[in-house]
Amino acid sequence: MRRAPTDVAETQKRFTRRALLLGGAQIGFMALLGLRMRHLQVDQADQYRLLAEENRINIRLIPPARGEIYDRNGVPVARNVQSYRITIVREDAGDIDSALTRLSSLVELDEDDVNRAVTEMKRSAPFLPVTIADRVSWDEMSRVAVNSPALPGITPEVGLSRTYPLAGDLAHVVGYVGPVSDYDLSKIENPDQLLRIPRFQIGKVGIEAKRETELRGKAGTKRVEVNAVGRVMRELDRREGEAGDDLQLTIDQRLQSYIQLRLGEESAAAVVMDCRNGDLLAVNSSPTFDPNLFVSGISVADYRSLTENKYRPLAAKSVQGTYPPGSTFKMVTALAALEAGLVSAEDTVYCPGHLEVANRRFHCWKRAGHGHMNLQTALRESCDVYFYEIALELGIDKISAMSSKLGLGERFDLPMSGVARGLNPTKDWKQSVRGASWVIGDTVNASIGQGFVLASPLQLAVMTARLASGLELMPRIVKSVNGVEQGIADSASLGLNENNLRHIRRAMFSVSNNRRGTAYGSRVIEDAYRMAGKTGTSQVRNISAAERAKGVFRNKDLPWERRDHALFVNFAPYDDPKIAVAVIVEHGGGGSTAAAPVARDITLQALYEGDPPLSAYPTKDRTRIEAQQKRIREMMPDRQGKRSGDRA
Amino acid sequence: MSYLEYTVKSAPTGLRKILFLNYPLLLLLAAVCGVGFTMLYSVAGGSFSPWAEPQIKRFLVGFAVMVGIAMVPIWFWRSISGAAYLGTILLLVLVEVMGSVGMGAQRWIDLGFMRLQPSELMKITLVMALAAYYDWLPTEKTSRPLWVLLPVILVLFPTALVLRQPDLGTSLLLLIGGAMVMFMAGVHWAYFAAVGGMAAGLVFAVFQSRGSTWQLLKDYQYRRIDTFLDPSSDPLGAGYHITQSKIALGSGGWTGRGFMQGTQSRLNFLPEKHTDFIFTTLAEEFGFIGGVSLLALYGLIIVFGLVAAVANKDRFSSLLTYGIISTFFLFYAVNMSMVMGMAPVVGVPLPLVSYGGSAMLVLMLAFGLIQSASVHRPR
Repeated sequence: MRRAPTDVAETQKRFTRRALLLGGAQIGFMALLGLRMRHLQVDQADQYRLLAEENRINIRLIPPARGEIYDRNGVPVARNVQSYRITIVREDAGDIDSALTRLSSLVELDEDDVNRAVTEMKRSAPFLPVTIADRVSWDEMSRVAVNSPALPGITPEVGLSRTYPLAGDLAHVVGYVGPVSDYDLSKIENPDQLLRIPRFQIGKVGIEAKRETELRGKAGTKRVEVNAVGRVMRELDRREGEAGDDLQLTIDQRLQSYIQLRLGEESAAAVVMDCRNGDLLAVNSSPTFDPNLFVSGISVADYRSLTENKYRPLAAKSVQGTYPPGSTFKMVTALAALEAGLVSAEDTVYCPGHLEVANRRFHCWKRAGHGHMNLQTALRESCDVYFYEIALELGIDKISAMSSKLGLGERFDLPMSGVARGLNPTKDWKQSVRGASWVIGDTVNASIGQGFVLASPLQLAVMTARLASGLELMPRIVKSVNGVEQGIADSASLGLNENNLRHIRRAMFSVSNNRRGTAYGSRVIEDAYRMAGKTGTSQVRNISAAERAKGVFRNKDLPWERRDHALFVNFAPYDDPKIAVAVIVEHGGGGSTAAAPVARDITLQALYEGDPPLSAYPTKDRTRIEAQQKRIREMMPDRQGKRSGDRA
Repeated sequence: MSYLEYTVKSAPTGLRKILFLNYPLLLLLAAVCGVGFTMLYSVAGGSFSPWAEPQIKRFLVGFAVMVGIAMVPIWFWRSISGAAYLGTILLLVLVEVMGSVGMGAQRWIDLGFMRLQPSELMKITLVMALAAYYDWLPTEKTSRPLWVLLPVILVLFPTALVLRQPDLGTSLLLLIGGAMVMFMAGVHWAYFAAVGGMAAGLVFAVFQSRGSTWQLLKDYQYRRIDTFLDPSSDPLGAGYHITQSKIALGSGGWTGRGFMQGTQSRLNFLPEKHTDFIFTTLAEEFGFIGGVSLLALYGLIIVFGLVAAVANKDRFSSLLTYGIISTFFLFYAVNMSMVMGMAPVVGVPLPLVSYGGSAMLVLMLAFGLIQSASVHRPR
């Protein structure tokens, strides 16, 4: 059809008009887009660039190397060793089950670990490695590495893990590390970011726990570029953290190991202290446990066998255990009396075998009585009545004051778990805690270290060292941190009369060296290393009048847990005291038979810095000692040998 | 003037047609596609696979198709407009019935060698149908209600079909594109005012219907609107796309971070970085200057397109050219608004730059029509 030319022209004009209108609007809108672009890219560029940086850069923590722990001679006690673990990356491994089957033909896999790993894999992103086997041997590691083409997604990795080359010898001192738990985190305010790393190892017990912050060090950081799903594309830079501080202990590993072997499977504790400066040379508790078991998480069965053992291997008895000190406390009573001017060394007391106090009969361990006793003979023969008598005049206040002065009832600031305060009873204490008045019988009991008095082997060692030195020695266990010597200050004098101390020391000397001394059997023949000691036998049960009438049960007739504790404290050499030793054998029976021989062996071992010559022992003991030395020596090198193998 | 009035003499014939192609448009198209290849190469981490290489092949095929279409006289295309429209409608119904499900929307038919999105084709055939309709319709009837209703149905029917897929972005493009052609055809402005008022009412209804039994949009569409209105409300969830896209744009600054240095896209922070969000990569790597340059290229295409539309002597050619240019404009205007946080994320690719076969081929086809109109214009 044809259209009128005017009509066509009109239509054409309108089209052009509208085209210009809409075209203008379109161009206008494009200008708007341009402005918007300018706003975002020019005006707000800085802000968005910052956001982009944050977007792609992720900060990851680098765990620092944990500080190592050495003994006083530089023997490693807690070290970090390379450990091999096998990790699996889900997205590379394909079918997990078949990958695990293939892996299990090469490496022994723990079912618990595998289940844990599979659960973890399901939770985490597919590209994150999950540990499937920890602490695998070099052999297993190499087998996996060799077969890696057949094991996609499975990688052997190297990491640091804690190891205690001396196994149980310092377990109670150093403690152990273990994977951080929710419970650990709940106890810490503002926990270090490091602790958020799954299975990060922190100190759980002992020095590892108490000096955790120093040992842990500071985390390093690495900045990694990641994509939106968190996969690491590359590392941008890293700032190394600070390795934890290395600690050097005052402990002499060789002595410590010896004592551990000497105590054997006995439930016992021993503390050796340098009585010139307070350094703890050995702090043993027996039986012990292998702290390495705890590092990667102890099995339920192993843990149960430790907790159900009646000898309580997990307890650090040397500092945590408190015992009635028994006769080892008699020095306190004697010194308090001397200091009070109540008795002189020559004053005698008659011991008929018992003492009536407030209608109660207090017995001496020797039923027949000791007869006339002075300070020296009373300590030497451990006459109880002598101390009952002087305590009655002295009163508990003065005994308690002397006890405090010598370090009993004080919680020493040592980086070990559960350092016990013990108990230094006073009238106020009994009133407030027991809700009863102090009675005279309490004083009588306390005078011979029974009743309420409780002390830890550590405290007894401190007491002995203070008696030997007259100085207010404080125990020290951390010798240096990163090579910087820790707080060794000259100890102040206790302010005790040197004459009185000399009387006590001489009495202790006769305990060990006088034919009538309770520890004469455990004497040292070598003049330069003569010991001054005191036996203690502390009751853990009441002896009824009926039993006493029939004759007191002998320890070996009693069940183990009702037998007496055997204690012995000593310092040596008598002429120039170097070390103080405290030994307790739980339910070991008499102090002279169960504890004194151990203390003598320890003393000689410490003074000779190795096995003492048999000539230091009394003739009749030599055969037995020789056999014992041989037995322990054989165990020592064996253990050393194993250790050197570990290090290689 | 109608195409019937063409004298064979005045239109170029044979190979001479090549000389009469609209070369500025051709060059601009090639330039925009070149930008696309560059960006696809970049987002693949400096690699031709998986995106740049197929895209270049499609461009070459598309370019040949475009020139081929340009050689065919425009009156042939006019004569098949109605059939093309109906055929596309059929295809749309077909995807509704048997289309494969991808990205939660049934949008394509698998032809074996490529996936055809009928909704892409619809944008062009709708414009063709409308242009043909107004070419046929006597001018004086243009604004009569009955004669307005017919093209409205032509527009609304495919719009409704596409919306059902559901593809909100494309259905909006069809609607607005159709309206623009009608406006250019000379329909009285009062109709547009009325529809505009109704649209405002509809928007109100859409928001009111939310959560009710007669909810008009899908939940995910509402969520997209929500996140558009406040992207910071859920930066890692639904607002993630917009937030990350703005970060990419903003971090580009004046001159950008440099070719292949865009961290946002290279580190996978950007969603659909090779398709709908490819502009953000460009803006991140080449900055404001790069972004504005692409905008300028697009602007020049619009300008040359408008000039061609006005220069065409017959109604079909003019309306077709204009309609295609407008659709093209809507494409990138919506896409850019979307990535710049000015519009909700509706899933519209950046024309000729985003990776995708259908869109590329359909646009080349459409520009082929513009060229055909241009070539066969009486001189």
